[in-house]
Amino acid sequence: MKKSIASFLIGTALAVTTAGAAFAQDKTVKIGALSDQSGLYADLGGPGSTLAAQMAVEDSGLAAKGWKIDIISGDHQNKPDIGTAIARQWFDVDKVDVIVDVPNSGVALAVNNVVKEKNGVYINSGAATSDLTNAQCSPNTVHWTYDTYMLAHTTGQALVKAGGDTWFFLTADYAFGAALERDTTAVVVANGGKVVGGVKHPLNTPDFSSFLLQAQASKAKIIGLANAGGDTTNSIKQAAEFGIVKGGQKLAALLLFLTDVKAIGLETAQGLNFTETFYWDMDDKTRAFSKRFADKMKNHAPPTMVQAGVYAGLRHYFKALDALGGNPHDGVKVVEKMKLMPTEDDLFGKGAIQPNGRTIHNAYLFEVKKPSESKGPWDFYKLVGTVSGDQAFTPLSESKCALLKK
Amino acid sequence: MQALYAQLLVGLINGSFYALLSLGLAVIFGMLNIINFAHGALYMMGAFVAYFLLNLGGINYWWALLLAPVIVGIFGMILERTMLQWLTGLDHLYGLLLTFGIALIVQGVFQNYFGSSGLPYAIPDQLKGGMNLGFMFLPVYRGWVVIFSLVVCIATWFLIEKTRLGAYLRAATENPTLVRAFGINVPRMITLTYGLGVGLAALAGVLSAPINQVRPLMGADLIIVVFAVVVIGGMGSIMGSIITGFALGVIEGLTKYFYPEASNTVVFVLMVLVLLVKPTGLTGRAA
Repeated sequence: MKKSIASFLIGTALAVTTAGAAFAQDKTVKIGALSDQSGLYADLGGPGSTLAAQMAVEDSGLAAKGWKIDIISGDHQNKPDIGTAIARQWFDVDKVDVIVDVPNSGVALAVNNVVKEKNGVYINSGAATSDLTNAQCSPNTVHWTYDTYMLAHTTGQALVKAGGDTWFFLTADYAFGAALERDTTAVVVANGGKVVGGVKHPLNTPDFSSFLLQAQASKAKIIGLANAGGDTTNSIKQAAEFGIVKGGQKLAALLLFLTDVKAIGLETAQGLNFTETFYWDMDDKTRAFSKRFADKMKNHAPPTMVQAGVYAGLRHYFKALDALGGNPHDGVKVVEKMKLMPTEDDLFGKGAIQPNGRTIHNAYLFEVKKPSESKGPWDFYKLVGTVSGDQAFTPLSESKCALLKK
Repeated sequence: MQALYAQLLVGLINGSFYALLSLGLAVIFGMLNIINFAHGALYMMGAFVAYFLLNLGGINYWWALLLAPVIVGIFGMILERTMLQWLTGLDHLYGLLLTFGIALIVQGVFQNYFGSSGLPYAIPDQLKGGMNLGFMFLPVYRGWVVIFSLVVCIATWFLIEKTRLGAYLRAATENPTLVRAFGINVPRMITLTYGLGVGLAALAGVLSAPINQVRPLMGADLIIVVFAVVVIGGMGSIMGSIITGFALGVIEGLTKYFYPEASNTVVFVLMVLVLLVKPTGLTGRAA
């Protein structure tokens, strides 16, 4: 009996060592870039995010160390059911290790559950909802670039403090709009302001005139745009047409991307205040990366903050894998390693991943330049202020994430 | 109450686009028996041609109103000559599938080169600004859109229903062999008619460019609604399309006021109701 126990123990020990050796030798990674490839968020994520992922692979230097890294991309079409179906197929059939990007909060939250169930890694850069690292946080998820809490506490707060104490919301009618309106309302109220009304519009609305008339009639000082992409550009353009800003009301573009400003044109967009965590023209490092990126893009566009986040998030993921010495194909384990290591890259600077999965780094308040101030086809932003990561993102004391209750 | 007037007016403005687009569809269906699913893509091309004319050739909005429909109309006629004409006499389904495929290809090509967020096109200087109507601030450009579309719609109706050319055209669709016996070149007439319908779509595209972004998917977003308008109005009925286009714009505007979440679906609810009561549409005749 004693002999058999001893041989069992030796056998187990051997098995563990060999398993460890096998994992140490496994240097394959498969990345799934899941995005809106053709709809209203395709320019801010889409093919540009896949390119950013490819550049992250090239720049990681892991190929020289014997790693084999593949990327596949998919189009979730802004539909949660399509997004989860692709994610499942990727994990079950294609053996994907990490899913990146995923703009559209509705899709992002749905995919969050799949990644957790399959124990993959989820580096979300495209979605805004703060629920990803709050009520619906997951040990497999890192939320990189921005979120609704940050947008509300930077742009929202700055506008209330500048005297914009009455608000009317134009809100995209899905998870993202609801989260952004909720987070901004909290900031407005906390700073002594008031929300006098709002209207929820369907996603991808071409005509905002009816909604803008309601906003105009509300006489609110600030019209908060809790929408994104094509919806935001249409709202801003049509608000100018209806003389809303000239009439004394101010537009708060709570979420605005580089590609949106390009689409609106500086003539109409000038003077808008908003927040981003990355802009191509910040310093030599961001300019160098952006130039390399733009050279490879079909329309020669520099990266948006979402695409930059895909790059930076993956670079950090590769550092964690490198430190682990191989790919354990265990999402929780890799994400834990990512959280232990401070983040630092050329695009977002120094930062950290909080235990709830939220990456914190600086956020910047920008103003859109006047056409006369712009020196080139993508020279759009003036830096107005910098907010440090701990000020911009949800403090852990306020987080409802279950991972913090250990 | 003031807000309600404002919504009615805004609805009328959107209705102008529905009317113009469904008019082109009705002309093509009525005369050629083709369900032109490429209509949205051609509308988008109209906006893009206006953009190119301005940015590459320095040709302003007013010339674009004339040139873009002609250029896209010629493109349409080439389509008709090279592809659609082979479907004469076949089931509607073939035309629908072919034009749907054309739409996907055209949109795909534009999206590949210009992305999805669109390009800006400024309102022409002469139509900038707005006027205070008491109950709302009406941008001059939007007022112009309503008046211009109404004029174009009535002119097209007049051309088809009241002129000799229109009479030939209607006769040619009823009995092409007989009309040909009178020495009239029926295939050329059909090509020109398709060009006219396509030109109307492109014209709507130019009108829309300063209001919406010039986007590859601008037609795809609209085409389903426009089809609903045509179905409600009665397939192929010119006047039916015009009236239904404006009416649905107004109904949609009111929905945006009373229950905004339903504004994207109200048109289809109406379509179902109308088809239940009158399967040929409001002004359509049974085939």
